[in-house]
Amino acid sequence: MIAYLIRRMLYAIPVLIGVNLLTFALFFVVNTPDDMARVQLGIKRVTPEAIEQWKQRHGYDKPLLYNARAAGMDRFTDTIFFDKSASMFVFDFGYSDDGRSISREIVTRMGPSLSIALPTFLIGLVSYVTFALLMTLFRATALDIVGVTLCVVLMSISGLFYIIGGQFLVSKLWHWVPISGYGGGFDNFRFVLLPIVIGVASGIGASSRWYRTIFLEEIGKDYVRTARAKGVSELGVLFRHVLKNAMIPILTGVVVVIPLLFMGSLLTESFFGIPGLGSYTIDAINAQDFSVVRAMVFLGSVLYIAGLILTDISYTLVDPRVRLS
Amino acid sequence: MRWLLCLPLYLLLTACDGGLWNNPYPAADAGKSVFYTAFTARPKHFDPAQAYSEDEYAFLAQIYQPPLQYHYLKRPYTLVPQAASAMPQVRYFDKNNKPLPQHAPAAQIAFSEYEIHLRPDLRYQPHPALARDAAGKPLYMALTEKDWQGIHTLTDFRETGTRAVTAADYVYQIKRLAHPDLYSPIYGVMADYIVGFKEYAKTLREARKKQPEGWLNLNDYPLPGVQVVDAHTYRIRIHGKYPQFAYWLAMPFFAPMPWEAERFYAQPGMRERNLTLDWWPLGSGPYYLSENNPNQRMVLSRNPNFSGEFYPSEGEPGDRKAGLLQDAGKPLPLIDKVVFSREKETIPYWNKFLQGYYDASGISSDSFDQAVQVNVGGEANVTDAMKAQGISLSTSVATSTMFMGFNWLDATVGGPSERARKLRQAISIAVDWEEFISIFANGRGIAAQSPIPPGIFGYRKGEAGINHYVYDWVNGAPQRKSIEVAKQLLAEAGYPGGLDEKTRQPLVIYLDTTATGVGDKSRLDWLRKQFAKINLQLVARSTDWNRFQDKLSKGDTQLFFYGWNADYPDPENFLFLLSGAQAKVKYGGANSANYSNPEYDRLFEQMKNMDNGPARQAIIDQMLEILRRDSPWLWGYHPKDYVLHHSWVHNSKPNKMANNSLKYLRIDAAQRDAMRKQWNQPELWPLALLGAMLAALGGWLWWALRQREQAR
Repeated sequence: MIAYLIRRMLYAIPVLIGVNLLTFALFFVVNTPDDMARVQLGIKRVTPEAIEQWKQRHGYDKPLLYNARAAGMDRFTDTIFFDKSASMFVFDFGYSDDGRSISREIVTRMGPSLSIALPTFLIGLVSYVTFALLMTLFRATALDIVGVTLCVVLMSISGLFYIIGGQFLVSKLWHWVPISGYGGGFDNFRFVLLPIVIGVASGIGASSRWYRTIFLEEIGKDYVRTARAKGVSELGVLFRHVLKNAMIPILTGVVVVIPLLFMGSLLTESFFGIPGLGSYTIDAINAQDFSVVRAMVFLGSVLYIAGLILTDISYTLVDPRVRLS
Repeated sequence: MRWLLCLPLYLLLTACDGGLWNNPYPAADAGKSVFYTAFTARPKHFDPAQAYSEDEYAFLAQIYQPPLQYHYLKRPYTLVPQAASAMPQVRYFDKNNKPLPQHAPAAQIAFSEYEIHLRPDLRYQPHPALARDAAGKPLYMALTEKDWQGIHTLTDFRETGTRAVTAADYVYQIKRLAHPDLYSPIYGVMADYIVGFKEYAKTLREARKKQPEGWLNLNDYPLPGVQVVDAHTYRIRIHGKYPQFAYWLAMPFFAPMPWEAERFYAQPGMRERNLTLDWWPLGSGPYYLSENNPNQRMVLSRNPNFSGEFYPSEGEPGDRKAGLLQDAGKPLPLIDKVVFSREKETIPYWNKFLQGYYDASGISSDSFDQAVQVNVGGEANVTDAMKAQGISLSTSVATSTMFMGFNWLDATVGGPSERARKLRQAISIAVDWEEFISIFANGRGIAAQSPIPPGIFGYRKGEAGINHYVYDWVNGAPQRKSIEVAKQLLAEAGYPGGLDEKTRQPLVIYLDTTATGVGDKSRLDWLRKQFAKINLQLVARSTDWNRFQDKLSKGDTQLFFYGWNADYPDPENFLFLLSGAQAKVKYGGANSANYSNPEYDRLFEQMKNMDNGPARQAIIDQMLEILRRDSPWLWGYHPKDYVLHHSWVHNSKPNKMANNSLKYLRIDAAQRDAMRKQWNQPELWPLALLGAMLAALGGWLWWALRQREQAR
C-alpha cells in the first residue's frame, strides 16, 4: 500500500503543475499585470510610473512564461510563472498583492470555515443517510412517496433561497439567533447554528435521494433476504447489513470532500459574515489578487488529491477484498 | 443528538441572563458608549501615505490627526485647525526669494510657504513601537528570535508607550509620500508643488537600490521644501500659488508619523505575522485600532492620550434648534468605542439595523420603499413604519458627479466642429436625467447643470445656474427643452431624422460601460430609448473595469460612463477634469473625455489659484458657459446620500468632506438597550410547534415500525 501511496503522490506532481499552469493562463488571459497594479493602487491619480514601480516591486515586470532575453534555464525560471509557482510546492504561499502573509490568512480562516463545514458535513451525512434508510424502509408506501416528493422539491430550490428565507424566518421574525456574524468561544454557537441548519436542510433533497437509490439497489440482494430469513429486524437489516454493504458508493462521494471542508463555502460565508476561506477566495477574485487565487486553487487541488487518496484507503477499510497495489 | 439537546439549554441560559438570543454582541457591552456600524468592503491600506478611498478613510480619519480638518457643522465647508494651533500662515515669495504681499498677483508668486504651528498637547496612542524601559531605551526595536515567542499579533506585546507628537513627525510623513515602496497616490500632485520633491523621490529610489530591504531612515535624507522650525513648528514650501494646498493638509496624507513606527515594523518577523504599518496604524487621533480583523470586525477604542479638542459651539442657522449644539464645548470624542462589523450583503445589514444592532444605515434600492416615502412636493421622509421605530432620515447632496463623457478625439462625436457640437447638444437634451434619477436612483440625486455640485464654490442656484443649451427656465424651475429642439439640432448637425445626410445610414453611437450585470440591462435599455427619441442608435459595449480603463487610456471610446468624487470642496477639483493639460490620451491625466479648448484652459489656469470671490465666480461662469456650449459631457447628476439613524444617535449631521465625524456623535446607550429588548423578544411558539411536530413524527415512526415488525 505504501508503494501505491507514493506512486499516487508522484502522479499528483504533474497534475498540480498542470492545474497551476491552467490557473495562470486563465488568470492572465483576462488580467494583465497593469490591471492588477491599478486594482491595488486605486483609480484616483495613479501615474504610469507608480504602476511600473508596483509591478517591479511585486515581480510582475517579468515575462509571463518565457523570457527570451535570458539565457539557459533562466528563460523559464526568470518568469512570473516560475517565481509565483515554484515556492508553492513547498507550501510557501508568500504574500498577497496587498502585502499580507497568505499562509497566516489560511491558518486564521481555516477555523471559521471548519466551524460551519464540519458540523454541516457530519450532521448532514447522518441525517441524509437516516432519511434515505427510512424511505427505503417504507418503500412504495405513502411515506416514501411523500419523502421522494419532498426531496425533489427541496433539491429544486436555490441555495440562496434557503439562506435568505432562513435569515428572514429564524432571525428576523422569530429572533432566535443573530442574522449574521461570527463570535468567539462558546458564544460562537449562536452564529454558526443557522448556517449549519441551512447547510443541512439545503442538501437533504439531493443527498437523500442519492442514498435512497443506493440502498434500494442493495435491499433486493440475496444477503438481505438471508438476514431477514434469519429473523433480523427490519431496522437491523438496514443499519447493520444494507448500510455496511452500501459503504463503497457512499464513501466514493463522501471521503473525497472531507479535505475540501477546509476550503469553506463561498455563498454561506458571504451571507452570514463568516470570515472563512470561502470568502477569502471570493475577495481575492474580486480584487484580482493572483497570489491568493493561485494559492487557493493550489491548496484546493492538493486537498482534492488527498481526498481521492483517502477514498482509496477507505475502500480497504470497509471492504477487505479491496487491495491497493 | 447531544448537540441538539444543548440548543434549548443554551437558549434558556441566554434568556435567563437577560440577553437577547439574536444579539450579535456580547451581553457585557450593554449600556456602554459604543457606536455600532458596518463596513462592506475590506480596506486595502491603513498607511496614511497610501490610503485614498472612503472605505479606508472611515477608519484612518479617526486615527490620524492631520494639521487641519473641516468644521463639523458649518456650511459651506470650512477648514479649521485640528492638530495645528491656528490656521497656517502663508507667505509668498518671488523667483528671487523676496517676500511678496498677501495680495500679490499669482503670476508673480514663485513660491508659497506654509508655516504650521502645532498644539503642544498632542500625544500618540499607546503602541509597542514607542515602548521604552526605565532607562529610556526602546524595548522592541531589536527583536530576536526569542522575543518573538508567543507574539502573533500587536496586542501580544506586553508593553506599550507613547510620546509627544513633534513637527519632525509631520515632516517625516511628508517625506514618506515620496518613498519608492509606498506608491503614494498623491506623489504625482505633490511632486508638481513641493519644492525639491521630485529630486527627493529620485534620491530615495537610489537609496533603496543600495539598501533593498529593511528600514530606510528618511531622517538621513533632507527634503529642501519641508523643514522643521522647532519642536512644534514646520514649514512647507511649494511652487507658485496653490490655495487648494490647505485642503490637502486636512487629509491623512499629512498626518504625523513617528520614525519609530517605520523602524519597528521593518524588523524581521513582522511581515510574516501581518504586522505592518499598512495594517496596524500608529496615530494621535481620538481613536486607535484596538481590534483589527478586516474579515470580521474592526474596533476603534478611545485613545487615552487624546485631549484638547472640543465639540464646536457654532454652526449653521438651525443647528441649535436641531439639537446639534447641545454638546457644545464638551471634550471629544463623545463615544468610547466604535465597532465596525463586516457585512458583505445588504439584507443582513438592513435587518440588523431594523433590529437596533446597527446605529445607522444607508438605504439600498431593495429597502428604499420600505424606508422612505416622497411627498408630492418631492420631499423625502421616512415611512410610518420607520417613524414608529424612531428612525430619522438625513439627506445631503454628495460632493460628486456622475456623467457620460464624449471622447473629444472621436471623429463623430468629438472635436470643436459645429457639427459635432450640435450633435452633442442634441443628445444632451434627449437623455432625460430627471427620469433616470427617478427610475434608477429612487429620486436620490439632482440633475447636473455643470460639473460643479451644490455646496461647492462656483455653483449657482436658480436661473443663473441652469444649462441654457438643455433647459429653459419655466415657472421658477428648469424645464428640459423639447425633443423637437433636439431633433432640429441633430438635423443642423447633419443627421436629419437620425440619418447621416451623406451616407443615408442611421447614426450609431457606441457606449463603453462596465455595466455587465443582469440588473444593468434595464439601465442600458432605458439609455437606448433616450437615444431612440431622436432616432439615434445606441450600441452598448460592456466590458470589465480594466479593459474599460485601457480603452480610456488609448482613446478607444466614443461615449462612456464615469464619475468623480471630490478630494476637496473647491471648483478646481471638478473643473480640472476638463482641462487640456489633464487629457487622458496625451498626458495620462484625469480628463477622460480628452476635452480641449484653449480658452477654457486659459481661464482654468487663471481661476485655479484665485481665492474665492466675485472675480473667481465671474471666471467660473465663463468657463461653465464654454463647457455647456461645447457639451463634452452629458452632465448627468449629483447623487444624494440618504442616511438613517436611530433615535438614540445624537449630533448626526451629514458632512461630505469630513471623514473624522465619529468623534462628534453621542449615543444614548440606555435607550438603545431598552428598544433592542422591545424589538427582539424571541418568538417561542414556533419552537414549541417544532418540538411537537418532531415528537409526533417520532411517535408515528415508532408506531409504524412496530406495525411492520408485527406484520412480519
